[in-house]
Amino acid sequence: MTPDLKGLLIISAIKVVGLFIALMVGVIMVVWVERRGSAMLQDRLGPNRIGPFGLLQNIADGLKNFFKEEVMPAGAEPILFQLAPLLSFGPAFLMFAVIPFAAPLPGFDVTLPVLGRVVYAGPMAMVVADLPIGFLFIIAFSSLAVYGITLAGWSSNSKYALLGGLRASAQMISYEITLGLSLVVVLLIAGNVPLGQVVAFQQQTTWFVLAAGVAYLMFHVGAFAETNRLPFDLPEAEAELVAGYHAEYSAMKYAIYPLSEYAALITMSAFIATLFFGGWDIPFTRWDEQIATAWSFEAVARFGLTNLVFLIKTSFFIWVFVWVRWTLPRFRYDQLMYLGWKVLLPLGLVYIVIMATAVLLLERAGVPHDVRYGLYLFLVNVPLLIGIVWGLDRRRIVAGTVRRVRAEA
Amino acid sequence: MAIGVKVMRRPELGVSYLRASLKGMALTFSHFFRPKVTMQYPEQTAQEGFWSLSPRWRGTHRMLTDEQGRAKCVACGLCPQICPANCIKLVPGEDEQGNRYPLIYEIDEFRCVFCGYCQEVCPEEAIHVGVHYENSEYERGRFVYDLERLCAQTHPVSSLWDPADPKGE
Repeated sequence: MTPDLKGLLIISAIKVVGLFIALMVGVIMVVWVERRGSAMLQDRLGPNRIGPFGLLQNIADGLKNFFKEEVMPAGAEPILFQLAPLLSFGPAFLMFAVIPFAAPLPGFDVTLPVLGRVVYAGPMAMVVADLPIGFLFIIAFSSLAVYGITLAGWSSNSKYALLGGLRASAQMISYEITLGLSLVVVLLIAGNVPLGQVVAFQQQTTWFVLAAGVAYLMFHVGAFAETNRLPFDLPEAEAELVAGYHAEYSAMKYAIYPLSEYAALITMSAFIATLFFGGWDIPFTRWDEQIATAWSFEAVARFGLTNLVFLIKTSFFIWVFVWVRWTLPRFRYDQLMYLGWKVLLPLGLVYIVIMATAVLLLERAGVPHDVRYGLYLFLVNVPLLIGIVWGLDRRRIVAGTVRRVRAEA
Repeated sequence: MAIGVKVMRRPELGVSYLRASLKGMALTFSHFFRPKVTMQYPEQTAQEGFWSLSPRWRGTHRMLTDEQGRAKCVACGLCPQICPANCIKLVPGEDEQGNRYPLIYEIDEFRCVFCGYCQEVCPEEAIHVGVHYENSEYERGRFVYDLERLCAQTHPVSSLWDPADPKGE
């Protein structure tokens, strides 16, 4: 085994294990934030008994789920029923593999006692898999998540679970289009590149929330639908479907569903931060963009600070998800479909044409990839955003059947 | 259109979902910092005034005693008679002066529905339902309260509902 291969394997293993642990701890923390946060928003205190500030409550709940009885409903499809939780668990974690979470560290060339000489050449990208097809990877795996939910609903042999699964499949397929269309705009600006390059492009120009504000809005709405969170939590609408697609699940098989929901929540928040808010970029500085070639305090500090900034951005969007959940009521199903197919789909298509034209003109005009590039695109976005907000505000885009009822009456 | 179908007439224009949503978000966020209503039960209890029970609360029973410490009960038999849950066991006795007193007076708190009829019907104002709710025990049998235990209770007694003051003012 060459020293280079050894270095690659060791570093990859550290990144994979570290990220997995971080995500699992993150899920526990997010569940805690959700429970305490929702309580605080409702003038309650929430679980505060187990551990400091109730932090260990979810560990206790998880432990409880391990000791509970697993129930297999009569007439359930045994293989798919077992497989479905795993299918929804995997994608949420896998998607995180392409997200760059900090500034790169320098490479190394050391001789370790047991392993011998270990070499890692060049800057160490802080991402598990710096795939050149990062975007396709996101789209592919976010659409894989729907199988876990749909199969859970179908294999449970229960009408409520089936209805939940059906709703989930229709909803997630509809909003994947929105998600995909908004990603196309990001692709147009940044080129077909790994996510690390998207972050670098945002550092050179501006954050894409300015350069592609409408795409950000669409992506955020789509993210709500893809993670099955309120106001789009129709697959598990308690008032209508008992618990939706996971109504028949018990013990740890049930617990995997909330687990993967919160993992998907973290991943989606990280995607929003990476694609539209500069990832690990510290705003208004150039210091974080320098790539260290040798180990120094500065290189480690840059790694730590950029990682912290990435965490802060991701946490903010997680909080937005929680905050929205405990504020807005659930959409009706026809409103959801109306918004997805009749509003966001045409909007996305028109927006792609506009942005493609703008990007083409900027490239033809030879505008360099710096702040000006982003600001010109921002100027294109401002009238569009004003138009959309006006439409949402005055014309009430989410009208759906209200118009129909009025027409009949 | 079918009879009794209510058609909601919502205003077509002048309603803003966007602003309403943002206003809602602001409202929920302001609640984040408001004082919380949660009572931290084992440390804080209703007696501390943070939360308080109604004086009309009907909880576990209490038998009042006279100056000599004897139960006021004269074993007239009205309370087992009126009790809808049949939870009061009364065996009357009589001493040399002809004073009636209960030989056995037991209330099964598990059978009791806490209607308060026993307190209402009692001519001697002896048996009362109490303003009290902490009743945990290690054995089921301990929930049959005998006379001694009923007399030993110290919690305040219920004022019940007063027809002259129906709202409790």
